[in-house]
Amino acid sequence: MDHSIIQIEKLTKSFPMGKSKFTALYGIDLSFGEGEFAGFIGPSGSGKTTLLNIIGSLDVPTTGNVLVLGNSVGELTAKQAARLRKESLGFIFQSYNLLAVHTVFENVEFPLLLLKYSTSERRNMVMDALAWVGLTDKVKSKPPQLSGGECQRVAIARAMVKRPSLVLADEPTANLDAANSHNILQTMVKLNRDLKTTFLFATHDEKVIGYLRRKVYLLDGKIDKDEVLSN
Amino acid sequence: MIRFLLKGLVRDKSRSRLPIIVVAIGVMLSVFLHAYVTGLMVDMIEMTAKFSSGHVKVMTKAYADNADQVPNDLAILDAGALMDRLRKEFPDINWTARIRFGGLVDVPDDSGVTRTQGPAMGMGIDLLSENTRETDRLNLKKSIVRGNLPASAGEILLSEAFSQKLEVNPGEKVTLIGSTMNGGMAIYNFIVSGTVSFGTSALDRGTIIADLADVQQALEMQDAAGEITGFFSQGFYDDEVAQINLDKFNALFTIDEDDYRPVMLRLRDQESLGFYVDMTKNMGTIITLVFMIAMSLVLWNAGLLGGLRRYGEIGVRLAIGEEKGHVYRTMIYESVMIGIAGTLAGTAIGLLLAWLLQKYGLDIGTFTKGSSAAVMLPDVIRARITPADYYIGFIPGVISTVIGTALSGIGIYKRKTAQLFKELEA
Repeated sequence: MDHSIIQIEKLTKSFPMGKSKFTALYGIDLSFGEGEFAGFIGPSGSGKTTLLNIIGSLDVPTTGNVLVLGNSVGELTAKQAARLRKESLGFIFQSYNLLAVHTVFENVEFPLLLLKYSTSERRNMVMDALAWVGLTDKVKSKPPQLSGGECQRVAIARAMVKRPSLVLADEPTANLDAANSHNILQTMVKLNRDLKTTFLFATHDEKVIGYLRRKVYLLDGKIDKDEVLSN
Repeated sequence: MIRFLLKGLVRDKSRSRLPIIVVAIGVMLSVFLHAYVTGLMVDMIEMTAKFSSGHVKVMTKAYADNADQVPNDLAILDAGALMDRLRKEFPDINWTARIRFGGLVDVPDDSGVTRTQGPAMGMGIDLLSENTRETDRLNLKKSIVRGNLPASAGEILLSEAFSQKLEVNPGEKVTLIGSTMNGGMAIYNFIVSGTVSFGTSALDRGTIIADLADVQQALEMQDAAGEITGFFSQGFYDDEVAQINLDKFNALFTIDEDDYRPVMLRLRDQESLGFYVDMTKNMGTIITLVFMIAMSLVLWNAGLLGGLRRYGEIGVRLAIGEEKGHVYRTMIYESVMIGIAGTLAGTAIGLLLAWLLQKYGLDIGTFTKGSSAAVMLPDVIRARITPADYYIGFIPGVISTVIGTALSGIGIYKRKTAQLFKELEA
């Protein structure tokens, strides 16, 4: 583990439920270094998506402190949180969430439009990203014309195109068959190795768990086990 | 980014089609109705001006106070001298003396005994002088149904409907029975030179038109006139021009408080014409506002539906790092593009429909039959395309889409980013 890019101290997250409240995370202490390939593992309701949301600056801690790339998530304004996501974080969703009317190229290009790259820079970066996931021949295709595996590869390219420091993937293989799941995971492992991008998963899929080099098991909002595999 | 949005709009028909159709329909109706109402109002005002009110009218104070009774005993005396002065002081106005009168038209048989008779409203106008504009102003030549215009003294025109009712034909003799200016009985014979139809029920029911000099003689009104009517040289009524002339007239003629002193009334001061003048002026604003509000409501709802459909897209854009404000602004940009596209389509269709109504007109004679309104409504209504019709649609078209989108887009600000993953995966 090199530099720590995520530091979580005494994180608690509660949600109001009528007059009472539901606590999803209890006193979590964790840190992740640059280039990790790690995942939160646990059954539904264990708190793994909530934890991923807070790390992704989509939600804020109730108590405790979460530092992501030097930014204290609980203290960020909406604009600052958006900037953090825009510049440094990539997201991969279970159901791809591609823009159906736009081509593969345009879907991957979208994060770069927000970062105001020039046309030629965008073109080069998009083609690089599509080359990483093996989809340079599908540039003009639209999502409805692609298979589930291809769609998820486009989503990975979209998450990776701006070369973020951290990619958060929530159940990325849930809608894929075994062959496509392995293909996707191998692609991510390769990107993690080549680009030193940190990958954090929320999953309970055994296929994903098999690829993780660090497994943080969550149970009822607490860390049950933190397992780091030796190289 | 704009190109990206435009591509999305063009390709995603369900995102752009409904709003564009809504805008196009609204704009089409706005443009068409504006042209239609303008045509109707201007026709109505100008027709009333030509046949009755003039753009301005000079009468005695007493006559003006009882104008609805057509009190010729209170008519202007020395009308010729007053006309000369008016022509000198107001050279931009075409002045003409008129006498309105009521009476009974009697049609005798060969033995001179009454065959038929009926009540008539008459107009004594300058038909026979060399430079008269009355014939053209009242469109008499084109209104002739049978016979000819009066060519000599003692000839009159009857409305076609009235002549049929009286069973009298051009060339036959009729007798006007009325009252003289001095309260005596007036009996005067005329020859019917022709029949006319103005396409206005109020006029076509029982009108007779005679030369002013004949009427002056018949009613013993030598050198008198009920009213001296003025028409602006620009050819249409203008409130500001009327006010300037009224101010000038009041400065020139308010010498005493005599009941028989001449007074000037603008078109808007007569009957309920002021209401119509104001309505014509404000019609563009009223129509624009009505359609803007109606379309905003529809587009607000369309935007909400579209927003629901695009929940995933907006969610992923926020997750990728687009700011809420930027998402909101891009939706506004999209609405401007939709507004412009819908407005162009709606304006084109609206203008086409208005042009058709302007060219061919719509006959509403059946509905106005028997109307006794003081304001004359033409039987055939026509739209009138004005320069405003080319741009008026852009106000409701673009503003309503922006308002509709702005209202429906407020949900973006109320949405918690934390729910993104959950909603996206739902």
